[in-house]
Amino acid sequence: MLVYTVRRVLGTIPVLILASVLTFVLIDVSGDPLSELRMQQPPPDPSVIELQEERLYLDRSMPERYWLWVTGIGGNGDIGLLQGEFGPSTQSNSYDIGAQIAERLGVTLRLVGAAMLLALGLAILAGVVSAMRQYSKIDYTLTFIGFLALSMPVFWFGGIMQQAGVTFNDLVGTQVFATIGDGLYQAQGEDLWGRITNAFAYMTLPTIVLMLTSFASWSRYQRTSMLEVLNSDYVRLARAKGLPNRVVVRRHALRTALIPLTTVVAVGIAGVVDGTVLTEQVFQWRGLGEFFVTAVNENDSYALMAWLLLSGVVVILANLVADILYGVLDPRIRYE
Amino acid sequence: MSEKKAPVAPRSTDAESVGGAERTQLQMIVSRFARHRAAMVSLVALVVIVLFTFVGPFVWRWDHTVHLEIPPSVPPNADHPLGTTTAGHDVLGQLMRGTQQTLKVALTVSVLGTVVGSLWGATAGYYGGRVDALMMRVVDVFLIVPLLIMVAAIAGNARAGTTWYAVALIIAFFSWAQIARVVRGVVLSLREQDYVEAAKAAGASPGWIIVRHLLPNAAGPIIVAATLLIAVAILLEAGMSFLQFGIQPPDISLGQMISDARTAVSTRPWLFYPPGLMLLAICLTINFIGDGLRDALDPRQTMVRR
Repeated sequence: MLVYTVRRVLGTIPVLILASVLTFVLIDVSGDPLSELRMQQPPPDPSVIELQEERLYLDRSMPERYWLWVTGIGGNGDIGLLQGEFGPSTQSNSYDIGAQIAERLGVTLRLVGAAMLLALGLAILAGVVSAMRQYSKIDYTLTFIGFLALSMPVFWFGGIMQQAGVTFNDLVGTQVFATIGDGLYQAQGEDLWGRITNAFAYMTLPTIVLMLTSFASWSRYQRTSMLEVLNSDYVRLARAKGLPNRVVVRRHALRTALIPLTTVVAVGIAGVVDGTVLTEQVFQWRGLGEFFVTAVNENDSYALMAWLLLSGVVVILANLVADILYGVLDPRIRYE
Repeated sequence: MSEKKAPVAPRSTDAESVGGAERTQLQMIVSRFARHRAAMVSLVALVVIVLFTFVGPFVWRWDHTVHLEIPPSVPPNADHPLGTTTAGHDVLGQLMRGTQQTLKVALTVSVLGTVVGSLWGATAGYYGGRVDALMMRVVDVFLIVPLLIMVAAIAGNARAGTTWYAVALIIAFFSWAQIARVVRGVVLSLREQDYVEAAKAAGASPGWIIVRHLLPNAAGPIIVAATLLIAVAILLEAGMSFLQFGIQPPDISLGQMISDARTAVSTRPWLFYPPGLMLLAICLTINFIGDGLRDALDPRQTMVRR
């Protein structure tokens, strides 16, 4: 087990290197950070462009630039992942990519954490209920909801939820749900109760929106795996022993049926990352999603690379953890 | 499907063997699909939508562009059944064009992704060993990538999303991996079949075996996966357009319509709801059809109904 873990951890190193190369090449090839400047009318002085090229290291070749981006050796001290610097930004000289990401990380993690926990809880519940009442009305209803949620454009659903929040506020006469912003500014200086109500007001709607897709796919998987376990011999034996249904389901079936979910959740993180960008855009949160959209709009190559690499690392690590966890949870899995 | 007995070929159930009359495989597939009520309803609905988008523009008098004769910001009425925008577009005309662009992108992605993914997966599965390990490592990387982020980053950074086929190419580049994985899984079992050995003994080349023997017998799972890829591509395209990195104005897409309308959900709801409902309807029908096809073509997958 230990050997496997160490080998698996070491195995992610080439994947990480590959991810960094892919990220760098794709972004570097696909856009020109100075396209806006070059297109300006009247054309700017060539010296201005040259100065910017030098600042953004565009005067070097691509392999050189990649080496510089990773190590920072030979740069101006503002580049080099290994030194904790993400590179110069096109947005302004003072726009520090690393500081911006750090500042927005908390905002996004709050949303992602809440949505994933809620999605997981509801998905397990829905999957188990569906499996235990297979082909019943409630099973068909949950299946249809699953199909509906998988087919739903996240951002359109977000708009509907915003509208529903506004309508609800009008009905009640007070502002129960906030439909725009992340509310962190409003929470400053509040006491504990104030913070809780603030979080409820600002987070409820975006969390529901972000949760929807993950809930749909996870609950389907949970249903399948629960059905498989419920039809297995050892569950039949547990029932034959005369154990009460509650014990059979909780102690025997559910525990085993939860194991495949670790992999599914890890793979699903990529989808959550996608959903976060859309959800933040709809509710106008100043999180990593907004950072991403701004970076694309500004042709900010180094900011984009930093963002993509960060999300890549998160996804790769999640899959690594899931793999190792899988071995711990399921003793049938043996690694040579 | 060829006349060979394939392991993925559906076995006839008791109900089907009753009656004695021989039925072709196609007849069995059709009857099995027809039993899936949601899939049948979806198929009809999808045909209506396709007719609406591809025949509609020839019948309807307004297209998706601005016309001076169109009164701005009018709610639905007899002249403009879905109302008009503040700039003077006819929303029905926009909806037809937007849906058309969405479907063109999605179908192109599905075809490209299926061809590339099938060949990739079949090659990996057929050769096995080191080739397989290396090729599937690449697939793994593409499988865990956040798709929307990648396509949005590339299209936006390149300022390339002006035409529907550029959008389709970018989406296809990132979304073939799922098909590759499915096909590899099927081919791994198919390559042990006697007819593959017979073909090898007869001196067939690997390319011939893959294209003539393995892929046709993997047709069921491939068709299912290709159908589901259409739904994935539609949501990706819509997401890109919503972030304004997809198809650019003056052309129109459904995601762009939603993006334009989202600040006016309460004041001009006729701009916001139709494109979203259309997206939902298309994806829902395609997902149901995919489910029906899975029941009909790939019975192994439905041993435990999902």
